[in-house]
Amino acid sequence: MDLLLWTAYAVIILMLMLGGVTFAILFERKVIGAMQLRPGPNRHGPWGLFQTIADVLKLLLKEDIIPAAADKKIFLIAPVIAFAPAFAIYAALAFDENIYGADLNIGILYLLGVASITMLGVLMGGWSSNNKYSLLGSIRGVAQMVSYELPLVLSVVGIVILVGSLNMREIVFFQESAGIWFIIPQFLAFVVYIISSIAELNRAPFDLPEAESELVSGFHTEYSGFRFAFFMLAEYTYAIAIAAIATMLFLGGWLGPAFLPGFVWFALKMVLFMFLWFWLTATLPRARVGDLMNYSWKVLIPLAILNIVATAFIKVWMG
Amino acid sequence: MSDLKTETMTLNMGPQHPSTHGVFRLQLEVDGETIVRATPVMGYLHRGSEKLAEGFLYSQFIPYTDRLDYMNAMTNNYVYCAAIEELFDWEIPERAEYLRVITMELNRVASHLVWWGTYLLDIGAMSPFLYAFRDRETILDRLNEISGARMTFNYHRIGGVKWDAPEGWIEQVLETVKELRENIQEFHTLVTGNEIFQSRTIGVGKLTKEQVINWGLSGPIARASGVDIDVRKTEPYSVYDQFDFNVPTREEGDVYARYLVRIDEMFESLKIVEQACNNIPDGEIIHKKGKKLMMLKPPEGEVYTRAEASKGEIGVYAVSNGKNKPHRIKLRRPSFVNVAILQDLLEGDSIQNLVSIFGSLDVVLGEVDG
Repeated sequence: MDLLLWTAYAVIILMLMLGGVTFAILFERKVIGAMQLRPGPNRHGPWGLFQTIADVLKLLLKEDIIPAAADKKIFLIAPVIAFAPAFAIYAALAFDENIYGADLNIGILYLLGVASITMLGVLMGGWSSNNKYSLLGSIRGVAQMVSYELPLVLSVVGIVILVGSLNMREIVFFQESAGIWFIIPQFLAFVVYIISSIAELNRAPFDLPEAESELVSGFHTEYSGFRFAFFMLAEYTYAIAIAAIATMLFLGGWLGPAFLPGFVWFALKMVLFMFLWFWLTATLPRARVGDLMNYSWKVLIPLAILNIVATAFIKVWMG
Repeated sequence: MSDLKTETMTLNMGPQHPSTHGVFRLQLEVDGETIVRATPVMGYLHRGSEKLAEGFLYSQFIPYTDRLDYMNAMTNNYVYCAAIEELFDWEIPERAEYLRVITMELNRVASHLVWWGTYLLDIGAMSPFLYAFRDRETILDRLNEISGARMTFNYHRIGGVKWDAPEGWIEQVLETVKELRENIQEFHTLVTGNEIFQSRTIGVGKLTKEQVINWGLSGPIARASGVDIDVRKTEPYSVYDQFDFNVPTREEGDVYARYLVRIDEMFESLKIVEQACNNIPDGEIIHKKGKKLMMLKPPEGEVYTRAEASKGEIGVYAVSNGKNKPHRIKLRRPSFVNVAILQDLLEGDSIQNLVSIFGSLDVVLGEVDG
């Protein structure tokens, strides 16, 4: 019975996530369109609501091309490796006080650990394509992951110190009882988290692994049809997951005035993060490779460590 | 670690690549992301314009000049017509010269706008492209109204221009100039101050004054390295001596300097358009002998005429043997000359900067390959 319930939960979340990704892509195109003096997609359905569905259908009908010189097994499995961990993140998220999957006591550790596996898919995809652009893209991708995984994890430590637990739900409960969202006492951590999450997601201005104007399409240059769709799906699944984690850590998860149910607040806060990323995509040029590394090692990591030390002092001082 | 054996990799960039602006090909030898050697390969768009000219009547070659630098077709039109006029030694009606200057300068702004948009696209900013094209569109509308085409104008004629300005066109141009001035000012707030943009451009792709002179570079690239050369000023053609405008120059010679020179040039061009529109005289628009398109037979002789296109100095060397077809037409195409520096410029730089440097040279492949 328990197993059935869990399966049902997973399927429902998968469905919701697919819908979420569909409309996240549409939302992105609409937001960027509005910032670029154009309407964005508006041909399929009202406000172009079915645009992404049409796109996915098109990709499904495409021929699945595998380059002759590719390392076939790795080439085939790479999109799955990229997607699976991104989806596994959802297992430990709590969308409302009573809507949650696994109530893990190592929640945040699990989330960050699983999330970093996504990059393996990028590396495998780029390496196995036997394409020089893909290879360069995945080299950049791995360098970027190594540099930005650290500040991302370190930025969360301050919250763990304050709450005294790794459990995601308890982090939200703590914010409820303290009456303050962590974005205020942990603002420095928030800034570090947001910047390094953009780099983790390969979004502008840190979209170096797929830099279109330099590396054609980076690691997924050789992918077509449904496998390409899978990479896109992985990317947006991961983006939504990172937004959800940020919501729980810094914006009090499902907390909010009672006139709306908790999960609606949760969704709205996630949309806020998504909007921020799309806004940056429309605004900023691509960062320099050297700057990217310098920024992580010389600015973000020291800031994150400073935040940990300061938080620890405050925690001891306040008792 | 130090005795680890490493190899360089050959990377073929183009002819199909998003940032080679057409069918340009670069054979790169890369060590990781560092370029060891870069060999440009050109000719994918070669149509043999110079040879074609020998088979045409003088008037029939004008549309072919449109297709050299299709971003700046008016100046190409002009310089070819001016060369033949010089062979004839004709006096061109004042009104025609004014219309030529207005169209050429508007076209220069349009060309720089396209450069601005595509260059920022090269370094990863998506939105500026659409802002640039919004403004370019208003210019193309004006040029369409006077010439009947949006890009390949075929507007200038040997001896003048094809059409007079339609009623109210001059006022509309003045309106457009005002609008553009505000919009282009906005570009500064959108991009120029951006920290990422500056770190991507300042100090990248430096060209010294000596390099510019030795390689015969011209246009905004030369002026960004402190070489104050602009044919409009140094050797005024058409009616350019009647206008008050500056030639923006900078000393740094990097990508950022080229960017600023081009932006400043747009304002200067708008200044010229405004003055020309306010002072345009009435009268004929074409030399009376120029109307007989099929009968053009310049006297024997040879001539080299030059003009300042948006990419640099464009020149036409024309030889006439007294018949109705040119004996020889040689085109000095600025993009072709400017792109030659690329292999020196790229050595030791990264792939990321390659895109930025190549974009900053502002080459149009129609002109590189002729």
